[in-house]
Amino acid sequence: MTTLVVVALVVVVAVVATLIVRGRRSTRGAPVAPPRAAAPELLVSETAPLPDLTRVNVRDRLGNSRGLFDRLRTLSPGTINEDDARAVEEVLLRSDVGRETTAVALEQLRRRGAPEGIVSALREILLAGFVTDRALTTAAGPGRVPVWLFVGVNGVGKTTTIGKVAHFQRAAGRKVLLAAGDTFRAAAADQLEQWATRTGSDIVRAGEGADPGSVVHDAIGRAHARAFDLVLADTAGRRANSANLLDELAKVRRVADREPGQVVETLLVIDGTTGQNALSQVREFHQAAHVSGIVLTKLDGTARGGIAVALEREFALPVKLVGLGEGVDDLVAFDPQEFVDALLGA
Amino acid sequence: MFDVLSERLERLSVSLRSRARLSDSDLDAALVSVRDALLDADVALVVVDAFLSAVRERVRGEALTHSLSPGQQVIRAVHEQLIEVLGATPLKITYSAKPPTVVLLAGLQGAGKTTTAAKLALWFKQQGRQPYLVAADLQRPAAVEQLRVLARSAGVDVFSEATSPVEVARRGLQEAQRLGRDVVIIDTAGRLSIDEALMAEARAIAAATSPDFTFLVIDAVTGQDAVHTARSFHDALTLSGLIVTKLDYDARGGAVLSARGVVGRPVVFASTGERLGDFDLFYPERMASRILGMGDVLSLIEQAERTMDSAVVAESADRMMSGTFTLDDFLAQLGQVRKMGSLGGLMKLMPGVTKEMRAAANNVDEGDLNRVEAIVRSMTPGERRNPSIIDGSRRTRIARGSATSVSAVNQLLKQFSEMRKMMRQMGSAPTPGGRAGALAALGGRAAPGAPGLRELRELRSGVGASGPLGSVTRPAAPLSAPTRSGKKKKKGGRVTPPKQR
Repeated sequence: MTTLVVVALVVVVAVVATLIVRGRRSTRGAPVAPPRAAAPELLVSETAPLPDLTRVNVRDRLGNSRGLFDRLRTLSPGTINEDDARAVEEVLLRSDVGRETTAVALEQLRRRGAPEGIVSALREILLAGFVTDRALTTAAGPGRVPVWLFVGVNGVGKTTTIGKVAHFQRAAGRKVLLAAGDTFRAAAADQLEQWATRTGSDIVRAGEGADPGSVVHDAIGRAHARAFDLVLADTAGRRANSANLLDELAKVRRVADREPGQVVETLLVIDGTTGQNALSQVREFHQAAHVSGIVLTKLDGTARGGIAVALEREFALPVKLVGLGEGVDDLVAFDPQEFVDALLGA
Repeated sequence: MFDVLSERLERLSVSLRSRARLSDSDLDAALVSVRDALLDADVALVVVDAFLSAVRERVRGEALTHSLSPGQQVIRAVHEQLIEVLGATPLKITYSAKPPTVVLLAGLQGAGKTTTAAKLALWFKQQGRQPYLVAADLQRPAAVEQLRVLARSAGVDVFSEATSPVEVARRGLQEAQRLGRDVVIIDTAGRLSIDEALMAEARAIAAATSPDFTFLVIDAVTGQDAVHTARSFHDALTLSGLIVTKLDYDARGGAVLSARGVVGRPVVFASTGERLGDFDLFYPERMASRILGMGDVLSLIEQAERTMDSAVVAESADRMMSGTFTLDDFLAQLGQVRKMGSLGGLMKLMPGVTKEMRAAANNVDEGDLNRVEAIVRSMTPGERRNPSIIDGSRRTRIARGSATSVSAVNQLLKQFSEMRKMMRQMGSAPTPGGRAGALAALGGRAAPGAPGLRELRELRSGVGASGPLGSVTRPAAPLSAPTRSGKKKKKGGRVTPPKQR
């Protein structure tokens, strides 16, 4: 099947190229655009003033936004008028809840009214969208080594999350082995090794560019032989729109799930500042690696992580852990009620 | 998705067509769709609202033209406004009269600062400068090591020591002076804008090194928080510009507009992949198209011009147009295309390419290309010139020779003959608009009025910012994706002979 695609693509590109060459011929003599690599001057130096819309208006609006949540809380109970709806919409949208989920929530709010006050009504609506079971599994079948696989795009904090998980699993008295399956990013294994030292865990690593599957395989073998209680497997960050990279991930998962290993958790790590792209991350990673839960990191900043609402509603995948800071203890279980309260500023 | 936006606006247009100008209520309806598109692209709400009122001003009072439907006219206004906002006050990289020129990188954790530092160093090196990297991220475990590894492959030296970030930056600068380097790039630790201690440290580094350029590295997948991040960093460090990373993800990148919108500083560089070379200056037109979900013909052209061997292309181009394209030519073209980079990347740039097609292209790897090449190479010269002589036994031989199957050979031959048929039609089309029209048909755009090559070239030199709209606003009846039913795709009959303009 792919040969068809290849031929088609080659032709398309070739035709474009042909036209370009043709065009070059026919414009001979005409001034040609300066070669690009030569100079950054291509960024034209004449400057048009930035339309003040973005500067002035936005600044003003930002200044006002501080009172927004207060405004929301004081809205009158009962039916929803347009101003109320707009305020609700603004809060949800600006928390990255996403347009679709926001529209659904608003629709429900309009339908049921808010006799007990908007915040309570909204709270109830949002909470209804969360899944109920978010327990983490550490037990595997008899004679098998439980493996937690950490997956995600680049820069979301996978390696750091593993360090923190290792810490709390150690605190729970488990013997933890880390598998440095990120063989792509420079020094990723070094970073994980420092975590291993810090948490008193063991680590299995291989050289840069090694096959991640083999690293995980080795780790499981070792864990089995030396009676480790849990293997935490790191993987390289990868964009979610490349089938090849996802296939590689699927392979790592297969390897990890082969006896004596057993993947009991596949945790997709998502940056809390991520916008709507998180949806496509979940979709793609879930397809490749059967995600069992989500870890939402970096929620200690100004980002509100509203994407969690959309993720749970759309995929019924639980957010299991949230990262609230850089400290080793700052990875905690996700509590929907607390989360929604924080979201609504209640 | 843009397809939805354009579709909705088109539908809206039908009811508006007879009027001379858009009424306010028509415009409101149109702008609701635009707002949705921007929000889906993660543009921060405050920026969306401000942006829309500017678009409203732009469209209001503008007389409707005959060549564009009202919906198209709205999209054009949005697109132009995006380019204007994204491209206003561009920053020119100048070098300090008293070297070294100091570049400071700041940003949140995981935005890609360390990788960007190495990429930027390589970029400066390609500009003929002698960059020097200073690793002042002592926070994240192994960050210094990561920079060292990356710098080694970029061929750039790194300075670091286990003191304090400010001390490292100061001493690194001295060291660069001693070594006579003319650009110093300082990588700092990722920090949260609300972490006062770390922000103070960033300020201290800036004070100690007085950077010529301070860049905020921002992730294209960032959501609504982009405004806060950009604002706080700007307040603390007075940014000179932004560097956007992870543009190879399928995010629409509205964060760029958000950040740009609140700090009023230009986006200077964009990072588009994992390799060090995947880094370039930022082009507002491309970002504008991306936020709206449109293809990027300009990048495609540029990439082609940069990498393709024009002699080879030109030679087979003649035969392509005359319909005497042989498998040898195909092989040559394949070689050229491979030079341009991944097909997935290329497809992303093509306008009017469906999601399926793009996904298919993403899944084509080196192995697939190798297989196709192997099949062609397993043919005799005579067979390549005249594939019709390939009978059953020859097919078996070719399949064996290329370690593929007979059915793969069959597919290739079938596809090839269909493609040849199509080319012949294109070749007979009148020049030069005709060819462009044929391209348009290929690219899935309705032929009449599609931008000719000349227009595209003008665009490229920055003359007609409004141009791409021609390509964009046409309802996409794209390259009917060959994911499953590839055979249907290139049916000669699909390519409507382009109309004359």
